[in-house]
Amino acid sequence: MQFTINGHAVEVEADVRTSLLDLLREQLGLSGTKKGCDQGACGACTVLVDGERINACLALAVQYQGRAITTIEGLADEQTLHPLQAAFVEHDGFQCGYCTPGQICSAIGMAHELERNVPSVVTADLTAQRIAFDHDEVRERMSGNLCRCGAYNGIVDAINATFGRASA
Amino acid sequence: MNAEQKPAPSQWQPGVTPDEVMHRHGMIGKPVSRLDGPLKVAGKARFAAEVPYEHLAHAALVHSSIARGRISELKTEAARAAPGVILVLTYQNMPRLQNPPLFGSAPKAVGASTLPVMQNEHITWNGQPVALVLAETHEQAEYAASLIEVRYDVLPAKTDFDAAKRQARAPDTILGEPPAIEIGDAEANLQAAAFKVDATYRTPRYNHNAIELHAATVAWQGDELTVHDATQMLNGTAWTIAQLFGIDEKNVRVLSPYVGGGFGGKALWDHQILAIAAARLAQRPVRIVLSRASVFRIVGGRTTTEQRVALGATQDGQLTALIHTGVAAMTPYNACPEQFSFPARHLYATQALKVAQQVADMDMMVNTFMRAPGESIGTFALESAIDELAGQMQLCPIELRRRIEPSKDPVSGLPFSSRHLLEAYQRGAERFGWDQRNPVPRSRRDGEWLIGMGVATATYPYYRMPGAAARIKLTNDGHLTVSIAAHEMGMGTATAQSQHVAERFGLPLEQVTFELGDTTLAAGSLAGGSSQTASIAAAVIAAGEQLIDQLLMLATGDSPLAGFKRDQVEAINGGLAVRGDTTRAETYAAILQRAGRTALQCEAPAPEPAELQHYSMHSFGAQFCEVKVSAITGEVRVTRFLGSFDTGRILNPKTAASQFRGGIVMGIGLALTEATEFDPRSGRIMNPSLAEYHVPVHLDVPEIDVMWTDIADPHSPIGARGIGEIGITGVGAAIANAVYNATGKRIRDLPITLDKLL
Ligand code: FES
Ligand code: FES
Repeated sequence: MQFTINGHAVEVEADVRTSLLDLLREQLGLSGTKKGCDQGACGACTVLVDGERINACLALAVQYQGRAITTIEGLADEQTLHPLQAAFVEHDGFQCGYCTPGQICSAIGMAHELERNVPSVVTADLTAQRIAFDHDEVRERMSGNLCRCGAYNGIVDAINATFGRASA
Repeated sequence: MNAEQKPAPSQWQPGVTPDEVMHRHGMIGKPVSRLDGPLKVAGKARFAAEVPYEHLAHAALVHSSIARGRISELKTEAARAAPGVILVLTYQNMPRLQNPPLFGSAPKAVGASTLPVMQNEHITWNGQPVALVLAETHEQAEYAASLIEVRYDVLPAKTDFDAAKRQARAPDTILGEPPAIEIGDAEANLQAAAFKVDATYRTPRYNHNAIELHAATVAWQGDELTVHDATQMLNGTAWTIAQLFGIDEKNVRVLSPYVGGGFGGKALWDHQILAIAAARLAQRPVRIVLSRASVFRIVGGRTTTEQRVALGATQDGQLTALIHTGVAAMTPYNACPEQFSFPARHLYATQALKVAQQVADMDMMVNTFMRAPGESIGTFALESAIDELAGQMQLCPIELRRRIEPSKDPVSGLPFSSRHLLEAYQRGAERFGWDQRNPVPRSRRDGEWLIGMGVATATYPYYRMPGAAARIKLTNDGHLTVSIAAHEMGMGTATAQSQHVAERFGLPLEQVTFELGDTTLAAGSLAGGSSQTASIAAAVIAAGEQLIDQLLMLATGDSPLAGFKRDQVEAINGGLAVRGDTTRAETYAAILQRAGRTALQCEAPAPEPAELQHYSMHSFGAQFCEVKVSAITGEVRVTRFLGSFDTGRILNPKTAASQFRGGIVMGIGLALTEATEFDPRSGRIMNPSLAEYHVPVHLDVPEIDVMWTDIADPHSPIGARGIGEIGITGVGAAIANAVYNATGKRIRDLPITLDKLL
């Protein structure tokens, strides 16, 4: 099977049953993407496919050939951090760090969704020209990413510092 | 021996001399960002399931579907013939192992139970592993495991807590404390009291549910075993595995540099033991990653309890009776009685006290320690009852607590090492705006939402675990490395300890390295009981004294330090200086270079925790909460939260704030959404997934304010008492009390789900 991961073309033999998550972790050595449930309930496995966030554990790898897959390892080059990654460190948006790659990829996908004005369940005005980038919108949209360490305040602070319209 | 030849007194003697470093304000107290943060956010921190090996084989488990009985038939042929299968392990071909030495039965014993691990056909809980399949890939192992057929002879099982509690028994001890204490006649005082509360509180089973699944990557090389584990008990795991497999402890190396959340759950369970056995039989390195359902089935959680709290008070709010009794579900094979009566032993002044804990034996997965075992749910009951009493007396619940503040430990009579609970209440009340609370329930409303405020005491003991040592290496460029088999599950261990070490040895942070997570380092004690900071600090103090003695032995001749003894010098500016005369100083680099040494190394164990014999040592806090409850649906939302703590010195306010908040968030789950549901007929866990076991998510968590007194405890090393667990204590009661204030409904049965409010 052929994949494009973090801008690189890779070719790998894989079982058709293999999830995108296991392909990344077990076969490609990209263990930055995490497994917390393997059933779509925790968001630790979030990666970006053509810029949209998905749960890699619920995706069969075979279906994602030819799509642009971005993992936590591909957000910045070897030596630097993506601004959101740096903001997570600054705002202590994690403790154990296990949910963190998923939170970060998810937040990047979420910011795009807000940019595109995709509403959420807490969006009060569905006709608004621009959906507010506020505390409830961010928390609702990030609620698929569990953090058992409870670093939620720091995560939201890091997201606001990076993508909040005031800072943009 | 004359006076001159005696070793210099220790800078910190447990229970006697305070550690002077606790009052320094250089690196200690700075909000340093996590040193391992860049690795974690880049996905480069390697966890147990992520260690690469050539020819790695993958394991999958099959679990029993009955609670008690024996396996009558095992059909494994189809699994064995399935593609990629290397080995099917059952009790029939499992290597013979010793039974696990039970946690606490020996200094390094960490067995979760005394039950043999897949040694025979007997089943003792629903979910017990009955087979392990090893295959070339994860997918092949999972598929082959699904082909295994097991039949059972079923025996009657105790799977109903209400039935089991009728045969409850008193355990021998509750973690070394007596299971029951009576001072005066509490029952008689209760009967005679002007005000009284007497209520029963229930709490369910909970699971830690760290987001990292339990996993291990294990490999044998001859007789030497390497275990890449996710554990909060490195040395205990190595020793216990050695006993099980009958090998030398020195031949077992356990590594665990990063743990994806622990909370008490990252311990030695069957999966590591089975993977090690499989690796030995197959002669292949093995990786085992539990599914989330398997985590529920073979990793114990916090146990079910039923607690009675009864309080009697005089007209002016003095307690005449404090009764806290109850039953916790347990098994005959483990020793985790969930010490819910501990807070009542130390919190309040009372004329008469009665505490008594029993356990009800059940046929279930053994329960274990989970974040503030006992104190988290014990404070739910006790602090709900205090609120009920205050309500009855029409007294502010903070004022009631002021009136029952004890001057010494109510049970031992020892002085408190440092107790500033009332200050935490006062400062918290001001910041939270407690004076805005209307004491009349159901008196604030905003549309469909009923709004209420609640408060509760948080408390957790100070522990310092024996067994820790520290190794220090100082090189002639002035760099100092401390190595301990310590644990990082998100507490920021390396960061806070680097700050501590930098402060203690007068070095900038860049000149300090703190190594952890590997049993080849100096022995660490387990990361539990919020004890790690103090345990490490005591070991570093002990090793540091040796280091300074060695340095002074080298500082001879024309060294400005020549002839001085340890208690005459201090560590400052990258070296040692004569106390009171910093011009007589020499850097570490200069001392080593003059002596022609490239490095100095020393290792020393921490002294026994004698401070606990002199003082009653506990942390405290006041948890403030505002909730809104829908009058239509009964839905509860936590809208504001403030934790005001008194936990000794805070080493790093940034990581400490996260730890306090994390405890509070877990407390929100404990109060409102979490419960592991058992089918009482079969003992089967019915909700073994994160979709059906509801941990708090982003939208459930408001901005949580935290503050602390930062008053150093003069009797703990660096003045710190540990902060990992206190955050969850008191939260359940603060929320229940706020729900009562909002709705007038007193919920004594966790979690407070909407059905209970309609
Ligand atoms: S691992 Fe994919 S959602 Fe949990
Ligand atoms: S940082 Fe540990 S689970 Fe989020």
